[in-house]
Amino acid sequence: MKSERSVKSLRPKLSIKQQIMSMRGQRIIITVAFMLVPLLLLFLFTYLPFFKMGQFSLYEMRYIGKRTFVGLQNYADVFSRNDVFGSLKLSLYYLAASFIQLALALYLAATLSFKVKGGAFFKGTIFFPYLVCGIAIGFIFKFFFTRGFVLDTVLGYLGANLEILPYWLRDTGVNNIMLAATSIWRYLGQNMVLFIGAIMSVDPSLYEAANIDGASGWNKFRHITLPGIQSIVVLNMILSISGSISAFEPPFVITNGTFGTATYFVMMNSLAHEKQKVGLASAMAVVLMLIIVLVTLFQRFVSSTFLEEDKNGYTFSERRAMKKRADARGGRGV
Amino acid sequence: MTNTEAILRSVSWNLTKYFSLILVSFTALLPLVSIVITAFKTPEEYRTTNVMTPPQSWLNFENFTFVWEKAGMGLAFFNSGVVLVAVLCGSIMISSMLAFVLNRIKFPGNGLVRNLFLFASLVPAVAMQVTVYQIMYTLNLINSLSGYIILLLGTDVISIYIFMQFFENLPVSLDESAILDGCTLFGVFFKILLPLLKPAIITCMILKGVSTYNEYYMANMYLQDKTRLQVVSTSLYTFTGPMGNQYNYICAGVLVTMIPALIIFILCQKQIYSGLAQGAVKG
Repeated sequence: MKSERSVKSLRPKLSIKQQIMSMRGQRIIITVAFMLVPLLLLFLFTYLPFFKMGQFSLYEMRYIGKRTFVGLQNYADVFSRNDVFGSLKLSLYYLAASFIQLALALYLAATLSFKVKGGAFFKGTIFFPYLVCGIAIGFIFKFFFTRGFVLDTVLGYLGANLEILPYWLRDTGVNNIMLAATSIWRYLGQNMVLFIGAIMSVDPSLYEAANIDGASGWNKFRHITLPGIQSIVVLNMILSISGSISAFEPPFVITNGTFGTATYFVMMNSLAHEKQKVGLASAMAVVLMLIIVLVTLFQRFVSSTFLEEDKNGYTFSERRAMKKRADARGGRGV
Repeated sequence: MTNTEAILRSVSWNLTKYFSLILVSFTALLPLVSIVITAFKTPEEYRTTNVMTPPQSWLNFENFTFVWEKAGMGLAFFNSGVVLVAVLCGSIMISSMLAFVLNRIKFPGNGLVRNLFLFASLVPAVAMQVTVYQIMYTLNLINSLSGYIILLLGTDVISIYIFMQFFENLPVSLDESAILDGCTLFGVFFKILLPLLKPAIITCMILKGVSTYNEYYMANMYLQDKTRLQVVSTSLYTFTGPMGNQYNYICAGVLVTMIPALIIFILCQKQIYSGLAQGAVKG
């Protein structure tokens, strides 16, 4: 009798409670329980809207009311409507601004990574704009650029005559440049902090060795700092392409897209939520996402081919140098 | 290189360095300083003096009290507080649990789930709002604070990355020895790992906190009932329209909304810098 029971309990058939308590059971339960909410939210606010967008882009419709199927007409409109396609040209201003920003951030980071008097103050001051709310930034710069206000006054101190100064936010020759500049004002510090972080992770013994050899500051930057943070710089350069095409906040909060400052996204936003041309706005969003996906694939390609180490642990430049050496020796076997 | 040449070089480099740092800091500060000056001016002073002329009294808080009443900032701060607490707690729980599963448990579809979240991080939020609006409308989540909170939780990818990265550096041997001691998997997460996640939680609180506090686009779109549901960022919309050029009030309002960010910045500079650097290595 006793032995029979023990044989029974040795069988793999476990009670429900035991199954739950087994490691495998626990894993399954935890996996399901911990992922349920995030996946539901991800589906609801990323993938469902994404598919809806594809669907809406084929219709002429408002948010509420009847829809008419128009096929690819909305996409044709995106490329043929001058106002829509022309707004993409504005992204060039933001692209130029982001390259200036990267260069400036790199310079500041290289300077502030080493001992500088008042370094923490400079770093904090340049960084703080990043923490200001977007809508507040809108007010700050409307005030800043108003005729006769902050910028004009400061330029006046420097000897500029108010008569010759343009209306910074209305004059189509300068307004987009000014808006792109506010974007530098806001993100320069954040960019700089990222670069400082990257520079700090460069092996300090390299600098010590360079100091012993008496290398100049520029040479240390060129041959130690830059190669050490190359990948994050290139990453940021590529990201600034999709960033500038999707430029939105400066014109949205400062000029609301008036006087020829409406970027692609500002245009899309007003088409969707003010004019309720939901189909056209969806088509615009889809086109932009395709661009972003392409840019990202390009970025992944660049990082994996040129910046990361391959499976033998060599970087692109090392492989190239080895190939050159092999070629010089006339070696065919490599 | 002679000695004088070297000294000359280092002097000129130092001059360039400090000159450029001062110039950039000045440009960063100028817009902010100008609004501080204007926020303390009486309406009369604002009309008659130049914008860069300092106010007669730095103790003139009339604009601030006026703005506090007019824009209903008491309510706005209360609502923002509710949103902040809910979003931070929710997002820390959700992302740490998700990161735990993705990092510690091998299951079919692990890679797929990671990629689904990676793709979500590429999609610009503004583009999504074209159709999210309709979804929020269908779910009856417009004009409700909890709807807004759910939306903020649903579009949060950065916290997931922060936790994923942190888990990479927590040795698996910790879990294994706890399990050998008879701890359940739940226990491993809540008793062993969660307390160790403290630095990641702080990073997440700061970054997510700042972005939630400053979020205005979705708040403006989904919290339309401004008398009841306004948050700090949207309270500034009070100053558009008829009040659009009374900058002494507007500047005071802007300044009030900036104060919490300033305090957090002064207290947690180091964590903010390192948190940003960590968040950037994603992807």
